[in-house]
Amino acid sequence: MDAEKNAPKLTRRTFSSCAAAAAAGWLLTACGPRRLHEFPKERLRKSIAELERQYSERHGAKVTVSTASAQPGVEFAYALDLSRCIGCRRCVYACVKENNQSRNPQLHWIKVLSMEKEKGVDLAHADPYYQPAQVPEEGHFYVPVSCQQCRNAPCTKVCPTGATWTERDGIVVIDYDWCIGCRYCMAACPYGARHFNWTEPSVPEGELNTSTHYLGNRPRPKGVVEKCTFCIQRVRAGRYPACVEVCPVGARKFGNLLDKDSEIRYIIEHKRVFVLKKDLNTVPRFFYFYAT
Amino acid sequence: MRLAMLFALAGFACFGGKDVERAQREQRTDERLEVPPPPFSEGIFPCSTCHQSMPTNRTRRILSGMHEEIVLKHDEQHRWCLDCHDAGNRDSLHLASGEPVSFEESYRLCGQCHGEKLRDWKAGVHGRRTGSWNGAKSYLLCAHCHNPHQPRFRAIRPEPAPQRPSRQALPANTRKGTHGR
Repeated sequence: MDAEKNAPKLTRRTFSSCAAAAAAGWLLTACGPRRLHEFPKERLRKSIAELERQYSERHGAKVTVSTASAQPGVEFAYALDLSRCIGCRRCVYACVKENNQSRNPQLHWIKVLSMEKEKGVDLAHADPYYQPAQVPEEGHFYVPVSCQQCRNAPCTKVCPTGATWTERDGIVVIDYDWCIGCRYCMAACPYGARHFNWTEPSVPEGELNTSTHYLGNRPRPKGVVEKCTFCIQRVRAGRYPACVEVCPVGARKFGNLLDKDSEIRYIIEHKRVFVLKKDLNTVPRFFYFYAT
Repeated sequence: MRLAMLFALAGFACFGGKDVERAQREQRTDERLEVPPPPFSEGIFPCSTCHQSMPTNRTRRILSGMHEEIVLKHDEQHRWCLDCHDAGNRDSLHLASGEPVSFEESYRLCGQCHGEKLRDWKAGVHGRRTGSWNGAKSYLLCAHCHNPHQPRFRAIRPEPAPQRPSRQALPANTRKGTHGR
């Protein structure tokens, strides 16, 4: 009898006040500025100017931070010719330089895997640490792997703070100011394409690439995740990514999927094309092909 | 009857349209072919400076005195200098048909045998590109990457391998802070 009396009763009043509180809470959290392009213009301009001032001061050079957004009618894709790649790693170091990756501890966005021709594309037995006097080695071929810019990206789904997302032009980006360093995205990525800054990244004086993008190669703090952005600072300005231009054998191809005259469309339509770990349904925008 | 004619006409229009489109596309790609000057060894061009006053010797032989550094490893069983270089005009190359081709357009000569590579190159798929993905690109001639006399790529020294991850590799202060700026 007593127990029945003391049981909490949900009255109309408590229900409606709880609902009102929840709505107010939702409003408070959801209405604040979230992403770069949801910032009011004036505030964005101010905070970018402040960032530029900080970076310039710290690195002793005039650093610019672009906030260029995706061009309409553009979806980027990449293709890499495995019959050409000789595993020289020129792309790895061009990327480090262009994108201000930490030199010590070393952080590389591109990993070149050496594989045996007899085994074919076999990620389980691939060796990223090969170091012969000369490449290509007899009986080997090379598969450079970086962010695959997936259409169905597992990394963006697990981020608890919404710090990583896919832009309209298909680039999966990270806002380093929102990243809390939980590394869920690294666990979710099946390609090992995301890298964590365990320490303050170190870029030697005078080697900083001062032309940066907010969502790309701007200097990173310690404790955030970073990865390939197709050189967002270059491609949104119409240029090729740094790895494409440096490749001595011309194995790397880049372009707009929505342009039917682009190199990338020619490759997909005329060559034998595949993606890594197709069975995971990540739907990469990074294709591998054999031109011969 | 009339219906059949209509179908035939429609079919023709369709295919005709495709051809026009393809021609336009090819023309466009031709316009874009902006190539740097051919990679001559220093002081070697124009060839006629020396060759003008020399008699033409068409016999296959080991060269002595000049061009000794050129080792032909490019279907050498069947090829000889004058298959590509023009004996009449030393500053030019020629196609199999005899049509002269300048060194700037040497890709036409290479494309006689390597047609599928020429096609890929024109489409921007074979070879290295620099410039803009949506605008002007600069192409390279075949000879910029492949030595025409020994076209196979030479092996090169790779850049250093990445460091293996290890705790020791990290600076000592790593374990202090968690999320410092």
